[in-house]
Amino acid sequence: MRLARYLGHRILLAIPVVLGIVVLNFFLIHLAPGDAASVLAGESGAASPEYLEQLRQKFGLDQPLGTQFLVYLTNMLHLNLGYSFRNDSPVTDLILDRLWPTGLLMLTAFGAALVAGTLLGLIAATRRNSWRDSVISLVSLVAYATPGFWLGLMMIVVFAIHLGWLPTSGFDTVGADTEGWDQVWDVARHLVMPAIALSLFYLAVYARVMRASVLEQVGMDYVTTARAKGQTEIRIMTGHVLRNALLPVVTMAGVQAGNLIGGSIVVETVFGWPGIGTLAFNALQSRDLNLLLGIFFVSACLVVLVNLAVDLLYTALDPRMEL
Amino acid sequence: MGAGLARFARNRMALFGAAILLGLLLLVLATPALFPGDPFRLAGPALQPPGGRFLLGTDTLGRDVAAQIAYGARTSLLIGVGATLGAILFGVIVGGLAGYYRGAVEIVLMRVTEFFQTIPAFVLAILIVAILSPSVTSEIIAIAAVSWPGIARLVRGEFAALGGREFILACTGLGASDARIIFRHMLPNCTAPIIAVGSLLIGTAILIEAGLAFLGLGDPNVMSWGLIISAGRAVLRSAWWICTFPGIAILLTVLAINLVGDGLNEALNPRLRER
Repeated sequence: MRLARYLGHRILLAIPVVLGIVVLNFFLIHLAPGDAASVLAGESGAASPEYLEQLRQKFGLDQPLGTQFLVYLTNMLHLNLGYSFRNDSPVTDLILDRLWPTGLLMLTAFGAALVAGTLLGLIAATRRNSWRDSVISLVSLVAYATPGFWLGLMMIVVFAIHLGWLPTSGFDTVGADTEGWDQVWDVARHLVMPAIALSLFYLAVYARVMRASVLEQVGMDYVTTARAKGQTEIRIMTGHVLRNALLPVVTMAGVQAGNLIGGSIVVETVFGWPGIGTLAFNALQSRDLNLLLGIFFVSACLVVLVNLAVDLLYTALDPRMEL
Repeated sequence: MGAGLARFARNRMALFGAAILLGLLLLVLATPALFPGDPFRLAGPALQPPGGRFLLGTDTLGRDVAAQIAYGARTSLLIGVGATLGAILFGVIVGGLAGYYRGAVEIVLMRVTEFFQTIPAFVLAILIVAILSPSVTSEIIAIAAVSWPGIARLVRGEFAALGGREFILACTGLGASDARIIFRHMLPNCTAPIIAVGSLLIGTAILIEAGLAFLGLGDPNVMSWGLIISAGRAVLRSAWWICTFPGIAILLTVLAINLVGDGLNEALNPRLRER
């Protein structure tokens, strides 16, 4: 019951954020030079005058600004994101079609970064000032400064072109028509490089946060108490420190959710991964601004959902958090 | 500030970063002498591998990759510093108003700040540049527009803490105007943490710029590192060097900035130092 009330409260708080995203989108449309209708029509010149007129009516672009906003808001809240001329399809359908590959890539990269990052941070903190600590710190410093798309290109050169271990691009082998586990294996082979290229930056972030967090926790009184009680170091780490040290990492994961989507745009472009990122890149190439606005709206709403999930996870990890 | 710089000078990693940055700055200054003429100019045969007459090889059109990287350094630094200054200006205004006036102003401004921290920054930057049409100015505007929230939160915290201090109360009691208190007394007291956090923003800004240029949103008439990589991508199979070297330049620059920024943070940011 308390959980339901808490969840309701968080959802209520998310509403102004979604409203804010709509306001920002509306502002951006009017920021563009020229007619807002031509922005919504996508590639300028491609739309017929009749279609532009239809758009003006549908989005109320011939009305005063206040009315325009209300019409736009209603359309957005019905997930009516307009039509993409270039793709000859509603924007919502285009995005929903691409959600699965992007979701798979992001979840894999995020999971890998989280597991490997916390593990490396833990090792660095427990072996403070050892060679392991120095190597991990150096690797995370370098990873933190490496552009993901460039890393992807370099991996293609080494692992796909020279060594021939992994496929250069795509979601699966074209025309292979695999099924069952063969298909899973095929997709996994295509997933390896994009997932690494996307995850390395976040791995560095989590490793740094985790190291600092563990170092802060091991100085706490409860650790001294546990040690005085004669508990083993491993038990102290897994039973006490780990759970507390994970809290800042979880917070950071929520903060980074939005950036992960941005990162996946460039990485997907490099590997021809058929997700929202490639869709955004194609929209850029054809100046399909309405499709881009739709992608921004959907991805921002996704981030709000992820943050909601992080909040819940936080309460599960930290009982001190009042529901 | 002086004691802070002394602490910075004892940090070997930070000094290493500062040395790289100094080298980069010298390269930018010496570029017109080292590589006279336009970096878009054809310099020799196409797709020459590194070594020989062209140290880092030539691209598909026979342009000197080394010259391109040298000119690209100027663009990256210009956009990185420009966008950071924009973000600092806006962040100081928002955070300063929130931290000084508190109450409803603070609640509204901080909700807006959190909103901008939540939404996907890079996607917003892409949209802004696409809408304003690609140029150095729109890249600076877009990157600044997504980079200010961190500064705003920092300044709000600093201002809120300073607001209760005796010397500020004394100013208020003596009848000093809000503007005088903000600009003469409060702002100078938080320059050190702003510099520290701002320096780290430059690195992020350069990474965002490279990503934008890679996606084709860089100014097509201004050489930049992302632009070279984007152009070299088509011949990755046969000419690895076109993409490789500008990427190394980005990596080294951002690494150096982060090392210097971390050093400045440790030396100047009072919150971190107390830990």
